[in-house]
Amino acid sequence: MSDLRELYQEVIFDHNRNPRNFGRPAKVDRHSEGHNPLCGDRLTLYITFDQAGKIAQASFEGQGCAISTASASLMTEALKGKTEAEAEVMFHNFHGVIMGTSDVDPAALGKLQVLTGVKEFPARVKCATLAWHTLQAALHGDQQVSTE
Amino acid sequence: MNQPLKHLPLRAYDIESIRADFPILHTRMHDRPLVYLDNAATCQKPAVTIAAEKHYYEALNANIHRGVHLLSQQATDAYEASREAVRALMNAPSTQDIIFTRGATEGINLVAQSWGRSTLKPGDEILVTHMEHHSNIVPWQLLCEQTGAVLKVVPIDDDGVLDLSTLDQLLTERTKLFGMVHVSNALGTVNPVAELIRRAHAVGALALVDGAQAIAHTAVDVQALDCDFYVFSAHKLYGPTGVGVLYGRHSLLEKMPPWQGGGDMISLVRFTGSRWNHLPYKFEAGTPNIAGGVALLSAIEYVNALGYDAIAAHEADLLDYATSQAEAFDGLRIVGKAPGKVSILSFVMDGVHPHDIGTILDMEGVAIRTGHHCAMPVMERYGIPATARASFALYNTRAEVDALFAALTKVVKLFRG
Ligand SMILES: Cc1ncc(COP(=O)(O)O)c(C=O)c1O
Repeated sequence: MSDLRELYQEVIFDHNRNPRNFGRPAKVDRHSEGHNPLCGDRLTLYITFDQAGKIAQASFEGQGCAISTASASLMTEALKGKTEAEAEVMFHNFHGVIMGTSDVDPAALGKLQVLTGVKEFPARVKCATLAWHTLQAALHGDQQVSTE
Repeated sequence: MNQPLKHLPLRAYDIESIRADFPILHTRMHDRPLVYLDNAATCQKPAVTIAAEKHYYEALNANIHRGVHLLSQQATDAYEASREAVRALMNAPSTQDIIFTRGATEGINLVAQSWGRSTLKPGDEILVTHMEHHSNIVPWQLLCEQTGAVLKVVPIDDDGVLDLSTLDQLLTERTKLFGMVHVSNALGTVNPVAELIRRAHAVGALALVDGAQAIAHTAVDVQALDCDFYVFSAHKLYGPTGVGVLYGRHSLLEKMPPWQGGGDMISLVRFTGSRWNHLPYKFEAGTPNIAGGVALLSAIEYVNALGYDAIAAHEADLLDYATSQAEAFDGLRIVGKAPGKVSILSFVMDGVHPHDIGTILDMEGVAIRTGHHCAMPVMERYGIPATARASFALYNTRAEVDALFAALTKVVKLFRG
């Protein structure tokens, strides 16, 4: 079970059971709907900016597996207070580490590092990246995105 | 090996010797014995079928229906022997009515594009059931867009049984074809296709049966069913991938225009116009999967030697055994409870997404399918994004069912602490 424990770390169970920033806020500046056709998971991401152009609130709704729910929950926490440009960098770092396509130090991911266990589970990589692709779409003004 | 179908004496149902026939069942996954319970997606292949495909490439490989040389004749004979084996399997009147395709999906698309496109008018209706695989939905949607026809749907109830209470309103003289899945891949339900075919004919509609799942579990007699079209895929009958069968009623196939153009499907080509080959070749453009088609015969022989009755009895025992464990399992809910189901157990678990179940089971060597099973409308009907599905085949054992539930206990431990 050691590999499984690597994938399903306590933090992931915690965020799966009690997702942070779950629900649709009253005020929404950007939103996007992400879909993983492989497993049917869907999530909607809502972003609100403050006057300085920083992300005041990121929240999400949807139904997904433990990995995609925890990833979305952790991502929304990490986005708070970031500028759009910083959020883009976060996306590229996260994506690069998970896909093994960049030499960014995983430590740079901070709390999000707990998700790097999916690297050993290729069938689950899309679960971890769904929220992030949805973020990317929301930042670029696309209201829908699919991981396929 | 290019011999016609052999009618071997029925073989005793000795599970150990049956398992010995399937090389892949003896492999390991994640350092554990493979427990393969994803048979509704594709079945494993017996050594005889693997050998037949290898033998084809080593001793028979040539293009078919075109060479004067002996090798081409032998390859053609082997391919046509397989067609005869399929004819006998389905009790079709003639090998002319057996069209080789790439799979069930291609067979349905062939009917939609050939029969449908040349026949349907705006306002005509196609009827399907709510439990169809996407492959018996989307080809009709495409056809409806092309012709202005309308797609109608027979509902299902909470147990996964067709709700026929409104069939009279849905099946009318506007209905031109009723497409129905014989056995649902997502729910295991066996539909009363003989009755539905009769009801379709009573209003002048054709009936197409998607037998992709049924063919591994039940004997199929297209004349007794009186269906107009019946499709299946060889890979779900312990045969090769990339080969499928469309049975069609002869009088309909005769009238239907070709679907794809190319070699093999013509008798004469001139720039002023071409003439179509006779059946079944009119619908078989281009070089097919010859090796797979040839090897299908050995898979049919394999199944025949065990016999559908013995296979069904073995699988029913596994399903009963698994169902009683599932019903006793805390927080597990079975999706699809039709009486007389085939050996497909779809389920969801409280607080654990099917995708997570699939990963954890996989680490225990247990291969199941998780997701929407290409039946999104079924998932929507029950308000779930996905299910976990264990599907049992002729070579599975009660010990493997136990391995499934032992692994599910680990899922619960991991998730509920
Ligand atoms: C009921 C049903 N119909 C059609 C298909 C499609 O079969 P294929 O992908 O082999 O064409 C499947 C395969 O999963 C099925 O289960």
